[in-house]
Amino acid sequence: MRSDAVLQIENLHVFYGGIHALKGVSLFVPRGTIVALIGANGAGKSTTLRTISGLVQPREGRILFEGQDITGESPHRIVEMGIAMVPEGRRIFPNLTVMENLLLGAYTRRDHRSLKRDLEWVFSLFPRLRERTWQKGGTLSGGEQQMLAVARALMSRPRLLMMDEPSLGLAPLLVREIFHIIQELLQSGVTILLIEQNARAALEIAHYAYVLETGRVTLEGEGKRLLEDERVRKAYLGEE
Amino acid sequence: MSWVTFFQQLMNGISVGSLYALLAIGYTLVYGILGLINFAHSDVFMLGTYFAFFMMVIFLLPWWLSVLIGVALCAVVGMSIERVAYRPLRNAPRISALITAVGVSFFIENFGLVTVGARPKGFPRPDLMKNVYVLLGARIQGVTFWVPVISILILFVLFSIVYRTKIGIAMRAVSKDMETTRLMGVDVDRIILYTFALGSALAGIGGVLWACKYPQINPLMGIFPGWKAFTAAVVGGVGNVVGAMLGGFIIGLAEILIVAFFPGLTGYRDAFVFTILIVFLLVRPGGLMGEAVREKV
Repeated sequence: MRSDAVLQIENLHVFYGGIHALKGVSLFVPRGTIVALIGANGAGKSTTLRTISGLVQPREGRILFEGQDITGESPHRIVEMGIAMVPEGRRIFPNLTVMENLLLGAYTRRDHRSLKRDLEWVFSLFPRLRERTWQKGGTLSGGEQQMLAVARALMSRPRLLMMDEPSLGLAPLLVREIFHIIQELLQSGVTILLIEQNARAALEIAHYAYVLETGRVTLEGEGKRLLEDERVRKAYLGEE
Repeated sequence: MSWVTFFQQLMNGISVGSLYALLAIGYTLVYGILGLINFAHSDVFMLGTYFAFFMMVIFLLPWWLSVLIGVALCAVVGMSIERVAYRPLRNAPRISALITAVGVSFFIENFGLVTVGARPKGFPRPDLMKNVYVLLGARIQGVTFWVPVISILILFVLFSIVYRTKIGIAMRAVSKDMETTRLMGVDVDRIILYTFALGSALAGIGGVLWACKYPQINPLMGIFPGWKAFTAAVVGGVGNVVGAMLGGFIIGLAEILIVAFFPGLTGYRDAFVFTILIVFLLVRPGGLMGEAVREKV
């Protein structure tokens, strides 16, 4: 275990029914960095995040969070330990108000005073949410929902934030805003593990990236280096 | 019909309706979260009356304390049913859970027949329920007056829990999206247990109040109120707490008033309620307050 790691995954194997979805994935997320997972649909990116968050149990392999083995822990314990997820498709609770969505994100927290401070913090990151605290989650626009999904995850005060396709279905301007926020989060000490279809945007901000293909890591390296890699340019950046 | 008779019947309908409302909420809470019709719910209602009965008759405890213990025991029974019968089937096909629910219901009913016997027992009522009040010129039985008052207070407490507490937020979240609720750090199994406890406690209170109104208790007494409360839940929109309450009052009032206006139909009282059930399932399966029915894939 390297000492600067927030998250380390060793030889992860996951099966969905009979399908071998992850075939020995290993990865490493150093503290204070943005790490990106890129790859085609079905490559195993989401499965990797779902396994880390405890929704899916691996058949083999280990997941270490800050040096502690969290393999097989239940999802709510993992959130308590300090890993939060912004799920694919935002998954805002449409029947709850914006405030209730945020409070649910803080479900594992006991200290009310710091809770208030963190509400102020996420409102300063996403001022638009402050005006809509009493609105039902389902009535927000796509961009607002994405912001709420990020804010909601932050309310658990995670040390590792996992984001599954945060830019999906958003207008280019909003995509830029989201990526800007991701970098801002880094400044405040949150480590980020990011999945993106938008490989270019992801590689531009990622310190390090892994390319997944059919359940295996086929390529890895610094974000900027992968941007220049021949294979990545062909397969994921749509260049000849 | 004179005004006085109408008013009496109206109060009677509200009183029966509030009991259906208490019971219907238990169905709707569990359905909202698990997509399961908890057929054993009406038997928890019955158990509540027996628990309170034995506390009074055998342990000679005061009425209010017996009821409190009875309601608490109902919550424990509800949680046990979930833990023993339903949780192991969480990922099984829904029909398996449904059949299990029917099985649990039969088990409790027959367990009751074997242990306490089929002969009805007289349920002791406090004086408060036996008094007669004169209200707007109509003579109203204490039980007819107090049952809705108590029920509405309890419903108020319930709504405060569901809409004002952290656990309530989690309950509503689980009913929409169980997996994402897990990602929020919520121990979903625990929330489901709380839901069963809450619904079963309401059933227990409903049972005791029912026994105050109809003071003969037997192990099969839950069946018909259970079906009618289920109808109320469907009318309101299964999964919707406000709808269940509304449905309860509608069914209670409809059942009492139809007989009041058409005494010749007295024998069809139950059939009438189930006709409402069938009509709603055909015409508006989402109920009054429910959303359009969507199949979960």
